[in-house]
Amino acid sequence: MNRIELTRIPFIKNALKSRYPQLAVFIVMLIGYIFAILAGLIGTPVGSHNFSIVFVWIAWWAILILVAVPFFGRGWCAVCPIPLPGEWLQRGAILNPPDKRPKWLNLRFPKMFRNIWLQNISFLLLALFSSVLLTTPNITGIVLAAMLFAAIGLSTVFERRAFCRYLCPVGGFIGLYSQTAPIELRIKDKQICVKCEGKPCYNGSTNGYGCPWDVFPGGLTKNTYCGLCMECIRTCPHDNIAVNLRPFSADLAKPSTRMDEAFKAFIMLGSAIIYAGVLLGPWGAFKDAAYNVGSNAWLVYGVAFLAFIFVILPSLFTLGILNTKSALPLKQRFASLSTALIPLGLMFWVAFSLSFVLTNASYILAAFSDPLGLGWNLFGTANAAWQPMLTSILAPAQTLALVGGLIWSARTAQKAAGEVKVSPIPVIVYCFIVTSLMLWLLL
Amino acid sequence: MKRSELISRILIVAGILLAVGAPLFLWARTPLIHARMAEDGGWSPDLIQAEVGKPLHLKITSDDVVHGFAVGQMDMQSVDVLPGKVTEITLNFDKPGVYTYYCTRWCGLNHWRMRGTIEVSGTPSDPEPATVPLYVSLDLDLDAPHDSPIVPNGKPSATSGQLLETNLPIDQGAEYYRSHSPYQIFADLSNTSLTETQRWDSVAYLWQINTTPESLANGRQLYAQNCAACHGETGAGDGVFADDLEIAGESSMQTMEGAMDMVMQSPVDFTNPRRMLGASPALLQGKILRGGMGTGMPMWGSIFTEEQIWDLIAYIYSFQFEYER
Repeated sequence: MNRIELTRIPFIKNALKSRYPQLAVFIVMLIGYIFAILAGLIGTPVGSHNFSIVFVWIAWWAILILVAVPFFGRGWCAVCPIPLPGEWLQRGAILNPPDKRPKWLNLRFPKMFRNIWLQNISFLLLALFSSVLLTTPNITGIVLAAMLFAAIGLSTVFERRAFCRYLCPVGGFIGLYSQTAPIELRIKDKQICVKCEGKPCYNGSTNGYGCPWDVFPGGLTKNTYCGLCMECIRTCPHDNIAVNLRPFSADLAKPSTRMDEAFKAFIMLGSAIIYAGVLLGPWGAFKDAAYNVGSNAWLVYGVAFLAFIFVILPSLFTLGILNTKSALPLKQRFASLSTALIPLGLMFWVAFSLSFVLTNASYILAAFSDPLGLGWNLFGTANAAWQPMLTSILAPAQTLALVGGLIWSARTAQKAAGEVKVSPIPVIVYCFIVTSLMLWLLL
Repeated sequence: MKRSELISRILIVAGILLAVGAPLFLWARTPLIHARMAEDGGWSPDLIQAEVGKPLHLKITSDDVVHGFAVGQMDMQSVDVLPGKVTEITLNFDKPGVYTYYCTRWCGLNHWRMRGTIEVSGTPSDPEPATVPLYVSLDLDLDAPHDSPIVPNGKPSATSGQLLETNLPIDQGAEYYRSHSPYQIFADLSNTSLTETQRWDSVAYLWQINTTPESLANGRQLYAQNCAACHGETGAGDGVFADDLEIAGESSMQTMEGAMDMVMQSPVDFTNPRRMLGASPALLQGKILRGGMGTGMPMWGSIFTEEQIWDLIAYIYSFQFEYER
């Protein structure tokens, strides 16, 4: 497969190697994040006019799911402000190398939780409350603050970025979908890593910190757990780390065998389908149930939500692959073949997000000038009227995304099926059925 | 500590202080009046201080749905208060007193509970003597039954009544009209040679000559803005909130003053002739001024002027009488 090493371009390499550009972005992002928390807590409770809702759930989400994840993988994680205060506290420094003696407990994260199940759970928790979370500024403010404090707390107890790696509800699916991105951080020559003494990329050195994501770059084969923090570029004494441009979904050629990742694919696929039906569909009763958190209807909605994701979708998938002839155990076939759902799920989210992003993007202008809803007009756009954008291309763009996702998944299914030596047909049929369902829900 | 580390720390601390401090500071310096549906608190604050002769500048925002803002007993157009937007308004008071501000949009089942108070201090430039409402001077018991024992077969016609107008043996002045119910006047006409229908038509005519097209138009507008939500556009007691009251069932019930029994609220049906033809304009004035004690009917005495109330009453009787078009 052809790859273009971006770090061969001096400007890019210098920009990544230096701490200052990243620090400048970090400071801006952290200020924005704290402002979003504050806006949620003290600004207008009207979500469509509050910075926290408009900039987090419309602007940020649009950038994340339509641009950052598909094209830059974990690019968001590279500039995410959530782990920063905790990390700085953990290191006792912002730019200086850390002391040799850790300042805090510096424990290893418990082995049984060293997977993405906690991230699956944290995502589902937010997903079950999403109707309220996405529309209520003070809930958004509280959740954003809780994530910041959780990251700080985990940094003082566990080593490295335990929050990002094991708990962040967003990081889990970004990692899953980052495998499809045309960008990667990899070593150039494995032998150099094998011979490298001290492994400063993992353990840190005077030039930088050991991998905050608890990854040894020498063993990187997929993007899932590399946060693109660029520390290894700074610490590698052999200039053996490269950032490459590569074909889309290169990581998916080698399917995963992990159940936590397989279920992540189902969680994301199922959530997109349910959101499309509940949040965008014409069924008022579903919406009421989703919005009335704590009510009996909401409990039914929650149970149905979880059943769809954990029972219905995986059961149908299992039924489909049950009779595929293979020497491999069903569990392994299930995990490997579910890789095909990764591009499909991403495209489901792209199609779903296009709906509400294009519908609500005009709120960004008004919130930009009056972020707290206090009657300000900082940039003269406070009175910008709500106006859905590009409505004429919405349906074609969604169709393109879904059909494209189906083709992409079919191709991925062929590769994954080839790896486990089974027929891809059941998986392709499954993808076709769920895509048809999504098309029906969105169009 | 390296210089770069120190500068970074200073920048980050300054950035965080800026992100927290600046919005908090500006937020604290921007006092807003928040409008929320009555179930969620209504106006906040619900008490505003002002002074005679000093403009009162208000910034109002809605935290939920579209509300309206107006001050009772003042000659002002109500302004809309939109969710997440800030509406600014300047009020000038030339008389001290306690004013009521209220929501002018049908925002929810308890819309009429959305009221606040403006206490205006200062010395009146031209003190006005207080006047006693007619229903008080007549010593009317507003809660006593007042059904008309006889009702007309159809809607009495003021036009037909006008043709019979000559030699009506009754006072046609405003005081007589306001202090008598249609049925009382119908009864007063019993010693004439008029048929029952003609007597009702004469009553309708009397009601018509005690109002004007302008008053009726004003009454219609006041009714549409403030009454139709419960009493219905046609006066049948079937406004949009009447349905909500029925749906709300027990949760919308209230206790009548002094009693423990829960009573279902039900807006009065102005098309019911038995009820309306037994009520004098003075009685309706009392009910509007005071409100229906213990029911959902709010008191409007602090909001409508006396003239507005008479206009409204004249319009309410149009559900019973066919006026000349």
